[in-house]
Amino acid sequence: MSQLWITNARIIDPASQRDAPGDLFVADGKFVAGLSAEQKHSAQKIDADGLIACPGLVDIHVHLREPGQTHKETIQTGSWAAAAGGFTTVVCMPNTSPVADTVGTIEYIRNAIEHGSVVHVYPTGCITVGQKGEQLAPAGSLKRAGVVAITDDGHCVQNNEIMRRAVEYAKMFALPIMDHCQDEALTQGAAMNEGVMSTRLGLRGWPHAAEDLIVARDVILSTYSGAHIHLQHISSKNSVDIIRRAKSRGVRITAEATPHHLALTDAALVGYDPNFKMNPPVRTEADRQALIEGLRDGTLDCIATDHAPHTDYEKDKEFDYAPFGVIGLETALPVVLDVLHRQSGFALPDLISFLTCKPARLLGLAAGTLADGAVADVTLFDPGEKWRYDAKAGFSKSSNSPWHGQTLTGRVKKTVVAGRVVYNGDKIAG
Amino acid sequence: MPWNRRNLIAIEELSRAEIDQVHATAAVFKKTLQRSMKKIPALRGKTIVNLFFEPSTRTRMAFEMAAKRLSADVISFDANASSTTKGETLRDTAQNIQALNADMIVLRHSAAGSPLYLSRLLTIPVINAGDGAHEHPTQALLDTFTMQEHLGSLKGRKVVILGDVLFSRVARSNIWALTKLEADVTLVGPSTLVPHWFADLGVKVSYDLKSALADAEVVMLLRIQHERQTSSHFPSLGEYTSMFGLNKTRASWLNPKAIIMHPGPINRGVEIDSELADSSRSVILEQVHNGLAVRMAALYLCSGGTPEAVATSA
Repeated sequence: MSQLWITNARIIDPASQRDAPGDLFVADGKFVAGLSAEQKHSAQKIDADGLIACPGLVDIHVHLREPGQTHKETIQTGSWAAAAGGFTTVVCMPNTSPVADTVGTIEYIRNAIEHGSVVHVYPTGCITVGQKGEQLAPAGSLKRAGVVAITDDGHCVQNNEIMRRAVEYAKMFALPIMDHCQDEALTQGAAMNEGVMSTRLGLRGWPHAAEDLIVARDVILSTYSGAHIHLQHISSKNSVDIIRRAKSRGVRITAEATPHHLALTDAALVGYDPNFKMNPPVRTEADRQALIEGLRDGTLDCIATDHAPHTDYEKDKEFDYAPFGVIGLETALPVVLDVLHRQSGFALPDLISFLTCKPARLLGLAAGTLADGAVADVTLFDPGEKWRYDAKAGFSKSSNSPWHGQTLTGRVKKTVVAGRVVYNGDKIAG
Repeated sequence: MPWNRRNLIAIEELSRAEIDQVHATAAVFKKTLQRSMKKIPALRGKTIVNLFFEPSTRTRMAFEMAAKRLSADVISFDANASSTTKGETLRDTAQNIQALNADMIVLRHSAAGSPLYLSRLLTIPVINAGDGAHEHPTQALLDTFTMQEHLGSLKGRKVVILGDVLFSRVARSNIWALTKLEADVTLVGPSTLVPHWFADLGVKVSYDLKSALADAEVVMLLRIQHERQTSSHFPSLGEYTSMFGLNKTRASWLNPKAIIMHPGPINRGVEIDSELADSSRSVILEQVHNGLAVRMAALYLCSGGTPEAVATSA
């Protein structure tokens, strides 16, 4: 019988519209209304004076690279990075090696989670066998094995007939489909957003139309089938417009934005640094502003990092040859605090909702709330602390971050998973 | 103002004064090309490595010859026959070259940004001999040098760049050089190969060949780069020639004294009528000749040679 008592915090729980100073009590891994005098005496007490206590953060889009790419990240090191960034629940993508398109691979991943992870990790499965876009993966069996969604993330299903059948079939199991929206015919050899910057740099352009076309396709297929389709890492203004109009008609579409698409534009590519190379690419200031407005009016539902680790030796090469993707778990909170709260006037409870209850609800995860009886996942952070982020000293196995070496404002001080402190502001508790 | 660059990566970052300085240095070296004893001792004892990851005839020979005229030792490296085919990275290859005590690398590579990447990695100078569709700085320096020989100041002079601009590093470097020299630049070609984004770089974009060529004093043709295009950029070479190929009729729209330029290799009968390529208006071989002096200037200045010392050295 262990107890935890967090005192003097500013408690923000968007799920219950709570924003007030107070205490949080935990007994046996769950939130309780209070502790007895005796329990208080024996409880682990955390004085959170000056800190915000919010539900443990939820990220529904991470790449943990296990099995098969453990030189980049493992479920364990990825969970450490999550904990250090304040994330207590993450959803990992199935583009591992082999890809997670069978029950056996899902069981392998769940076993690695059970033995290695310090946070809650939920697996996803593939939409198609081998993520080849040709034959449906066994969505029913995958769901029974524990996946919370299916996605071919990184390899958008190009064939509209296959995608139509996939969403119809998954609907039967109430299994959300997460789509990486990319018309591959429009992005052959492309390395960055198509526009003035790609023209200057001589890099092959990736038009936003490649995303917009698939977003529109998914809106049409969701309308037609009634299936829930979640659109991953939206990057374009046009896509935000398409989603807004679809939602106004009640289409079951949800969508996420990443911290890097909210914070950066293609102007950042001027030095050809592969740590700014991602899929989809960062776009223009107009696109960036449209994403922020999309979050403001509910067109976009949540923030997800698309944490995508790659080693130095894979990333450190000619821009065209470097792989797409950046890590994001350890920097998401300060970056989002900066872009949404300090620059764009979002209230902290709204900002926190994009990282807690909203993504949790979207996939039906038991997370993202401080309600009594819920699993006691808590993030304590100082919204004003300035610190220098050294990606090479971080907890992820990889360091491919666009924020390496920069001073960030807002820092996670403690991360609590099921009532246990797993990150104390300095290291991971073993 | 002294030249203090060790690398020549892009015209975009050069000042007008630096462009003038390369031109002035090239003019001095050009005179030495007429002598019977052509070598000058400016880079004696230095080793220059030509690191070419893409096929090249003119540029590679010109750099090699320029280095030899300056008395440097030269190694020309064909990446296809090297350990890159065994999986060695550009980073490792370049660091090995530096470890062998080379004094300078001249890099041609299909990936835009690779000379900048190498310049940050190495302590020896890096000269960009063409990186993807990004820049080809010595080509633009020799092109503007040639234009100035014919036209004098380029300020306000109408220059047309015609053809495959999208995939052209020559076009980009010339756009930067010509706008810094205050020329009036118009890009023209099929809309799929001349995207409107170029207008943001300070030039005009046109799809009407006749009005674009009218009274132009320079027309620079670009090769259709089949090897870089996906098949969808234009219907066929025949269609290109019929819509945008430079023939005698279209050349008559130019200013009567206009010069015709081409960075080579030319596709006779595609972007240019074969007779026009050989006509008195064509300065294509002058460009090649000037390329030698301009590359001598680039190698010399980036090796730490001062403009003031050129005259004595030469």
